[in-house]
This record gives sequence, structure tokens and C-alpha cells, in this order.
Amino acid sequence: MSDYPETYRYTRNHEWIAAEGDTARVGITDYAQGELGDIIFVELPAVGAQLKQDEPFASIEAVKSVEEVFAPADGEVIAVNEDLDGAPETVNQSPFSDGWLVEIRLADAGQLDGLMDRDAYLAMVGE
Amino acid sequence: MSATLFDKSRPGRPGYRLPAGAPPAAPRLDAAKRRRGPVGLPALSELDVMRHFVALSKLNHSIVSGFYPLGSCTMKYNPVLNEELARLPGFAASHPDQCAQTVQGNLELMWRLEEALKAITGFAAATLQPAAGAQGEFVGMRIARRWHEDHGAARREVLIPDSAHGTNPASVVMAGLGVRTVPSDARGLVDLAALAAAVGPDTAAVMLTNPNTLGLFETDILRIAELVHGAGALLYMDGANMNALVGRVRPAELGFDVMHLNLHKTFATPHGGGGPGSGPVAVTAALADYLPGLRVRRDGERFTASRAPRSIGDVHGRHGNFAMLVRALAYILRYGGDGLADISAGAVLNANYLQARLRDLVEVPHDGLCMHEFVASGRPLKKHGVRTLDVAKRLLDFGIHAPTVYFPLIVPEALMIEPTETETKESLDRFVDAMAQIVREAETDPELLRTAPHTTPVGRLDEARAAKELRVVQPPAEG
Repeated sequence: MSDYPETYRYTRNHEWIAAEGDTARVGITDYAQGELGDIIFVELPAVGAQLKQDEPFASIEAVKSVEEVFAPADGEVIAVNEDLDGAPETVNQSPFSDGWLVEIRLADAGQLDGLMDRDAYLAMVGE
Repeated sequence: MSATLFDKSRPGRPGYRLPAGAPPAAPRLDAAKRRRGPVGLPALSELDVMRHFVALSKLNHSIVSGFYPLGSCTMKYNPVLNEELARLPGFAASHPDQCAQTVQGNLELMWRLEEALKAITGFAAATLQPAAGAQGEFVGMRIARRWHEDHGAARREVLIPDSAHGTNPASVVMAGLGVRTVPSDARGLVDLAALAAAVGPDTAAVMLTNPNTLGLFETDILRIAELVHGAGALLYMDGANMNALVGRVRPAELGFDVMHLNLHKTFATPHGGGGPGSGPVAVTAALADYLPGLRVRRDGERFTASRAPRSIGDVHGRHGNFAMLVRALAYILRYGGDGLADISAGAVLNANYLQARLRDLVEVPHDGLCMHEFVASGRPLKKHGVRTLDVAKRLLDFGIHAPTVYFPLIVPEALMIEPTETETKESLDRFVDAMAQIVREAETDPELLRTAPHTTPVGRLDEARAAKELRVVQPPAEG
């Protein structure tokens, strides 16, 4: 199992967000990729798209289902992980680093305070 | 991978020769549309072809090779009598474009089937044209949309429970409407309060599967119908699970306005690779004018086909998959009303027997009496590193088709099990024995499950790679 980074914040929809100043990277958790199984396609928003907290911004297609990914916070997309286009399985292999989805400019960094820390998230998924 | 007919083809080895003589006159096609090269059919002897297809059929699993408890699909036995009747030359050799007076028997058959489906569902009219359940849903949604447009408001939203078949939201979107999800409550039924909050002036319809995909009867259905109609919306029934109700409950009397039936589930016509589907849509009198396709009318002793005045259009050529209509009517007439009620009773009894026997082996999250199917969860096996997918694959080694897995989405590690009424107690017991052995293996030899199946012609497939790397083999062009 991948290690859950202590500095990340986690959502009940199984996304993580890692802030650095007023920008942040967003991805899905190891638990989420495990539940999805083999990922075959990741659909990401365009750079410049506006994310709104708790609203879907991307979708991940696994062998048996397609799941939406919800924004952990408001913000504008400033980069997307283009490597996932040819290698969506990176999300399975490295959910917390190489398998990141988008980078956003946070509209309100304070929103992160409302998210779970590592221990609270792990307690929620019963790990 | 076994060789294709094209691999086995050898020039000059056909098993069939066209009679000598002048070739038929060239068809009147303009030059641009004419084939330029040879047709490219493989050349084989008849024996080669027979061996090829018999060998392929041995690689397959079907209801006549073993148990097939694929939840929500009603993989019941399809009686041979249906096949014999569908092959009667008057049915099999007629053409969809023949004029009505030369196919009176075929039209009468469709009229009788519509009458039978009306009696079974309680509705006022039905179309036999849709070719599948999902197409029936699409028809239902187009009718709902048109009906609202004709009644003053272009309503745009359809409410669907989170336990619904994936086809429901897809059909709604295809029909140009929007989807809103209604959660299920702790009972596994529609959350009434959430439905009441969601239904409103923009609600075109509510789609409900009853019994739902957990195999539970929506006991609040009368209240739900009241709520939906109170808001001026229509209530659609996904009839995929009609095998639990046939001969016992008429959906129109529960308050539904429109529903589809799956002849290839409830009425024993072939399913999956066995033949095209058929998804008739039945409606109340208020919606009859919107039905698609040609509808057969009886005028004294004569039968004619015509279109409904406000028809949404055609969704299939002519009369739909007619040969399936023959099989379905044969099935209905063979069993009659009492016989159909016995069928649904048998389906519910078999499912409850299996649920009771599996309860201690796997988890059954929504316990209690089920209808024709139930949903178990493989979650207890996760502690051994074994998942529902591994259980499903291992079942294949026992000559048993896997249940539906990972659906409905609201049950983790779901195993959706529908035995149908055509199975004996002995075959149900063999399934339980197989499941008991698999649960033991999860503790003692989990790797055996993770690498299953071991006895099938093809082992564990790399499904992710198969979905990502599509390769279509094109037949060679030379004749």
C-alpha cells in the first residue's frame, strides 16, 4: 500500500489535495484507486477551468465503472497531468505522486481546513 | 487463440457451388456504390465450417451447459417449443414489407401478444417495436418528453434512484433530458423524503425498477406514485425485474404510467449472444397516441398495421424483432395466467432459498425476504486479500457462470445473484457447495482464487489492456 502523506488533506469522496502556497495538486487516494481497480482512462479539465468545491471536475474510467472526481476546493486549473493520457495506470501505481490529476490556484486556502487529515481519512476508510 | 475461418480458408475449397447458368442481372446501383473487389468470403468445406463452429460452441458457457445466476439478466431456460414455433415457415419465411393481407397470421400474432402484455401489465396499449430494454427506456423517455411538451411545459429532468441500472441515466440523456439521482435509504429502498424534496415542476419523469436491483420490492410504491403524479410528472417502470411479479402484480395498478418489458428475460426468448432482444413498451391510455412504430389493430376479422397519431417515430425497422414476438407469445400461451404466477413464485422461492443458504458464507447487507434476486457482498473476504472478482472467476472452474459483480454500485464488492425458476434444488445446492469451497479457499489458498480461472479455455484476462488496446482484425480482401 502506498503511504498516505501526512501533509496532504483528504476528502470524504477520496480525493487528496496538497497545497504549496496558493497552488495545490489534486489526486485520488490509494484507497480510491484500489476500489476502482485497473484504470484505463482519465478525463481531465482544460487548463483555465474553474473548479468548485464538491463539484465533479474529472472522470476516471476503470474496467467496470466510470467515477467522477470531486474538487476538494475552489480554484483555477493551472496544469493537468498530461502523462496520464498515455499511461492512466499511473494513478493505480502512484496515486499520491506521479498519478496526480490537476494543479490549481486556490481561491480560498482556508477551505482546506475543513478537510480531513491523514488519520481522520484512514479512520473513515477503516484502514 | 484459435484460428478464424479466414485463417482456415484455402482457395478453391468451397463446400457450395452456385448453379451453372447466367448470373442474375446486375443490380441497379450507381457505379459509386458497386463493390470493386471480390467479396472476400473464406473458402472452406462444409465439414470444416461445422467443426469450426462446434469447437467454438464448446468454449462457450450457456444456460444449457450450466447454472447461470447472472443477476438482473434472468437467464432462464428458453424452451425448445419456442424455437420450433418461431421456425414455422409462415413466420420464418415472411418478409417485413409484405402487404397486410398476405401476413394476416403474423399480424394476428402481434395483436394477441399486445393483448397478452396488456393483461399482464394492466396497461392500455403497447408497442412491440423496441429491440431491447434500454431502447424501451429511451422510448419511454421520448414519450414523457413529448407528452409534457403537449401539455404546456417542456420539463427537462428525470429522477433516478442510485440503485438503478446504468441504462436508465444513459437513456434519459439520449432522449435529451437531464438526470438527477435520488439516494436509497437504509432499507435499500427509495428514500421517500429525498424523493419528495427532489420532485418538482421541472421533473418530467421518475424511473423506478420494481423490485429494485437489490431484489427488494419498493413497498412505498403507492406513496411514490402519489408524490410523482402530485408534481405532474410521469412514473416509468424499468421492467427488467418483471420475472418477480409476472402473473401476480400489474404495474399499471401500482401507479406506473409507462414501462418496458424484456421479452428476453421474463418471457424466455434467447438472451445475449443467443438472439436479438425485444423490449416492448406498455403505456396508459393517455400515452397510447405517442407509441412508436406500426401498431396492429383488429377490424372485425382483419388485422391492419398503422401508426399512432402523435407517434414519437420509429426505433426499429418495421415490426421489431418479430421472431422474438413469436417465442414470447408461445411461452405466454403455454403457461397461461396461472402458470405465469407459478413462474414468479418459483423465481422468488429459488432466490430466497439461495439467500438463506449463502447468508452465513458471505455478507447479505439488505437481509430479509428478497424477490427474484438478492445482492451479497464479498467484503468479508477482503481480509484474505480476495475480492469479489476473484470469487467470480473461481466459480467458472466449477462450471458455473459468475453472478453479476460490482453492481448495484451501492453495495461494495457486490455479487448480484438471480437463480431463476428454471433451476432445481440440486443445482442451487451445487452452487452453494461451490461458494462454500471458495470461501474456504480464500482462507487456505487465496492465491488460487487470485489466479482463477484454472480450467477454462482462457485464463485470467488482462481486462485493462483489453480495454485500452483495441485491435480489430480485418478479413483479407482476396476471394
